[in-house]
Amino acid sequence: MFTFGPQQPKNLEGYVGFANLPNQVYRKSVKRGFEFTLMVVGESGLGKSTLINSLFLTDLYSPEYPGPSHRVKKTVQVEQSKVLVKEGGVQLLLTIVDTPGFGDAVDNSNCWQPVIDYIDSKFEDYLNAESRVNRRLMPDSRVLCCLYFIAPSGHGLKPLDIEFMKRLHEKVNIIPLIAKADTMTPEECQLFKKQIMKEIQDHKIRVYEFPETDDEEEMKMVKRIKDRLPLAVVGSNTIIEVNGKRVRGRQYPWGVAEVENGEHCDFTILRNMLIRTHMQDLKDVTNNVHYENYRSRKLAAVTYNGGDGSKSKGQLTKAETSDDMSPLAQMEEERRDHVSKMKKMEQEMEQVFEMKVKEKLQKLRDSEAELQRRHEQMKKNLDAQHRELEERRRQHEEEKGSWEGQQRILEQQKLDASK
Amino acid sequence: MASSDVERQPYKGVRPLSLAGHVGFDSLPDQLVNKSICQGFCFNILCIGETGIGKSTLMDTLFNTNFENFESSHFEPEVKLRAQTYDLLESNVRLRLTVVNTVGFGDQMNKQESYQPVVDYIDRQFESFLQEELKIKRSLHNYHDSRVHACLYFISPSGHSLKSLDLVTMKKLDSKVNIIPVIAKADTISKSELHKFKIKIMSELVSNGVQIYQFPLDDETVAKVNTTMNGHLPFAVVGSTEEVSVGNKMVKARQYPWGVVQVENESHCDFVKLREMLICINMEDLREQTHTRHYELYRRCKLEELGFKDTDPECKPVSLQQTYEAKRQEFLVELQKREDEMRQMFVQRVKEKESELKEAERDLQSRFEQLKRLHADEKSSLDEKKRLLDEDQSSFGKRRAAAQLLQAQSLTANGKKDKDRKK
Repeated sequence: MFTFGPQQPKNLEGYVGFANLPNQVYRKSVKRGFEFTLMVVGESGLGKSTLINSLFLTDLYSPEYPGPSHRVKKTVQVEQSKVLVKEGGVQLLLTIVDTPGFGDAVDNSNCWQPVIDYIDSKFEDYLNAESRVNRRLMPDSRVLCCLYFIAPSGHGLKPLDIEFMKRLHEKVNIIPLIAKADTMTPEECQLFKKQIMKEIQDHKIRVYEFPETDDEEEMKMVKRIKDRLPLAVVGSNTIIEVNGKRVRGRQYPWGVAEVENGEHCDFTILRNMLIRTHMQDLKDVTNNVHYENYRSRKLAAVTYNGGDGSKSKGQLTKAETSDDMSPLAQMEEERRDHVSKMKKMEQEMEQVFEMKVKEKLQKLRDSEAELQRRHEQMKKNLDAQHRELEERRRQHEEEKGSWEGQQRILEQQKLDASK
Repeated sequence: MASSDVERQPYKGVRPLSLAGHVGFDSLPDQLVNKSICQGFCFNILCIGETGIGKSTLMDTLFNTNFENFESSHFEPEVKLRAQTYDLLESNVRLRLTVVNTVGFGDQMNKQESYQPVVDYIDRQFESFLQEELKIKRSLHNYHDSRVHACLYFISPSGHSLKSLDLVTMKKLDSKVNIIPVIAKADTISKSELHKFKIKIMSELVSNGVQIYQFPLDDETVAKVNTTMNGHLPFAVVGSTEEVSVGNKMVKARQYPWGVVQVENESHCDFVKLREMLICINMEDLREQTHTRHYELYRRCKLEELGFKDTDPECKPVSLQQTYEAKRQEFLVELQKREDEMRQMFVQRVKEKESELKEAERDLQSRFEQLKRLHADEKSSLDEKKRLLDEDQSSFGKRRAAAQLLQAQSLTANGKKDKDRKK
């Protein structure tokens, strides 16, 4: 329930009328009708069908519709019977799921698997119906409660009992019952109950727990029930006359064990609890806890490891799943992460690119400079040679010129002398 | 809201059984009711109407309490919504009431976009719920439902007809929220005018295809009263939190020189009818309609937008798992594609740059080849000149040597001659 604010709600003066809301809710719920799916599990012959008939005061199981123990099966089956019952204007669609063959084989390992599969398949159906784009009528066939029948050995739980309950306590509300309680004396029953509760605690099995209430009266009642767990029950299809009253009971030579007598067995407590007071809570726990667990596990599996084999290719993985979002929102976040990762990668690649280009350009410039230098060098060299040559030429011309001059003078002298 | 208990069709093929006694499951509705009372209820009303039309006063009157009210001016630049939440208690029933008022509605010169903030607000609440519903770990039973359950549309008591703003706004809202039109300040209209006004309004709504909220007729217990009330729509209301003494009682009323308008007097106005319909009888139905009709429509459109379908192209039903997995595959492929594209782009750039640089290198090379050739040419011309010089020098040397030899010869010959002469 969502908590109302810290301050007290305003108490209204004068008539407003929303105090009528509960009646409106009542009215609508009666119009809609109710649904309840109850599962019964236990070995053959423990009185399951008889108990169901006694609980609902009707012949759910009859010669035409035999109970699980009469439907001999080679392997464990899970079967359901649907009936419509009406009382005081309230309509109830009751589905009883039973498991013929449970615990009856020589090798009972894994006999709980069909049960788990059944419960999961109902969750799956509901999940799919709830997740459709076009949602319409959603029939709710989820198992709301599982009555587990313990054989009245008086010596504690059997390994099968423990295994079954351990595997199913996180999927369905388990209410363990001691069957055929009329085979034990009250003292034996007391000891047996203590033993069973101790074993349940030791194995950390979470059976259905009654919710806390603020109401003192209710809490007292709840405490009384808790003290008598697991409930020891007796069922009967026959009505016997005892002290002028017609009661359901089992006739023995030594007396009649009355089904609805609180001193004989806990049947009345079971019926009150199961039907008259806690049916809604069983629904709520199934809807808010067991179903939600199934759903979040299913959806979490879809997100990070979506499908098979796509795990490997170096894709995004997150260290923890953040379940506070829908799978779509998670994908959005993944996308954002990916975008920023890519940006970073892009920046890095850009940097590397720039650096390499700079290097290359530098190298180019260097070799240009080098070549330039060499060119200058060669030019200087050539110029020097040029100048040197010029000088030689000049000297040569000078020498030649002066010698030729001298020769001409000599020639002239010779000519003059020979005259 | 428990989506498990929904309306069901008559059970086909299910055998009915009769009970041999009192089993006790007729307490189921009570169990449900007890749970609801423990949890508390929540209701959200949206009031749309012009400034000063009496929205806040009506809320105060309806819920018998003084909500904090801010008086708004006529000069708001755009329509805004103001939501306030209150916790109320009546008998043992707790109600978390949220009243959302429009501020500035109808005040702007251009009212074309006036409806948009309202639509956006309603959609935001739907979206918020949808997000919660889609979460992996969700807590719907704890979720404070903020979706608008009822929309009171306040019609100005002009006595003539609806304004076009009214029609446009209501048309935009009728598929999103339960609209309950009310005629405000009904104490300014006379009885006969009111009758005509109501008929005009209803016919205008019908001819414009506006779907207002109809009080439900499917439940026999309330069908009769609901039918009657449907015929009184729209309710003409008067609000007042002030009390006036009438007879020997203090009643909520408005005092005029010509008389006292009593709010709770059914012959004066329809306030009591509104209260009865909105709160006492149909509050739960309003919530239910919001969830099963308006919200579902929003959800369906949103999911279709996001690409969700119920059947694949071969018309086989697709489970949620398959849809999510398909989306995820698509998503991963998209991411991969983007990565590849980016890499591709870089590879391209690198290639381009490389060829640019190679081109530059080649240019440089050819430039220097050219210069080298120039040098070589110069060198060879220089060598040629050197050769010529060498030749000249050697030929000159030869000449000089020859001349010297000649001179030497002529000298010795002359010497001989001189010697001979001397003899």
